Amino acid sequence: MHMVKKDVMTDIYAENDHIADHVNGYLSEKGIYTVNVMGAPGAGKTTTLEQLIKRLGVRCYVVEGDIESDIDTERLRKEGINASQINTFGACHLDAPLLHNAVHAMTFDEQGILFVENVGNLVCPAEFSIGEDIKLLQVSTADGSDKPYKYPLAFEKANVILLSKTDLLPYLDFDEEFFMKGVRHLNPNVPVFKVCGKTGEGYDEAAKWLKERSGK
Amino acid sequence: MHEYPITLRIVEIANQQANEANGRVTGIHLVVGDESGFIGESIQMYFDVIAEGTPCEGASLSIERVRPKLQCTACGRYFERRPFSFSCPFCGGDGRPTKIGKEFYIKDVELEVD
Ligand SMILES: [Zn+2]
Repeated sequence: MHMVKKDVMTDIYAENDHIADHVNGYLSEKGIYTVNVMGAPGAGKTTTLEQLIKRLGVRCYVVEGDIESDIDTERLRKEGINASQINTFGACHLDAPLLHNAVHAMTFDEQGILFVENVGNLVCPAEFSIGEDIKLLQVSTADGSDKPYKYPLAFEKANVILLSKTDLLPYLDFDEEFFMKGVRHLNPNVPVFKVCGKTGEGYDEAAKWLKERSGK
Repeated sequence: MHEYPITLRIVEIANQQANEANGRVTGIHLVVGDESGFIGESIQMYFDVIAEGTPCEGASLSIERVRPKLQCTACGRYFERRPFSFSCPFCGGDGRPTKIGKEFYIKDVELEVD
């Protein structure tokens, strides 16, 4: 009997990332550009999907991963949006195997953009790649201007940020300068769009950016 | 709560090492960054349950925690962030995120072999 020490150095994310690559490959082949939509519960992610989709003018698909939102799936379907729901079994984030199963059950009859609404949470979704092309982070003014300081990883990893509920700004003590300072430290070049789900303000610019970025 | 599937994976990787060496696992050394999204205590909690009846049973799990560090864009030094600030404590410059604090891997396993 003796003891040996074996160097392993195995990245435990590796399996998830491997599946994420596979998912991305599968979707890209079908001409689908995938957006991972992250944000706290109540940030207005579903409203953003509605607002963006009606402006994009390309075929859009939605996967709802939010645990609270089979209501949202219904809401989107009523508007004629091709939406399907992932049962996350109470998980705090989506991972690549979950999205893998969801997309293989979907039909992509045309090329376009797939939005995946992640579970409402600012921590775990940022950690897991699900096979997306970009991460869209939505933060509402009601969430507070300290969010970049409290959840730095979500801001660091975002490819685009939507600051929503700008209509509430006069009623909140949201410090926009402090918020943007945090964002810029974590992610110097990320585009930030100020949007309002009620009036639709700001969504033209955000949709234009997304359309260009996706190449659709 | 998302530590359960990941702990399964850790046990699986360690068991594979044990089987290759025809031994059993006595220790696993994990490196977990605070920004990895995983909590050491939760992994520990699941570990004993999952390890039972496998070559990992009874193994000790040592978890090396790594605190996130920023790197100063002005002086290049690494530092830990203070609450609500990204400024370098040495020169006041701007700190940018680095990979330090995002680690999540098995560094090594300790095996008992004949
Ligand atoms: Zn400095």
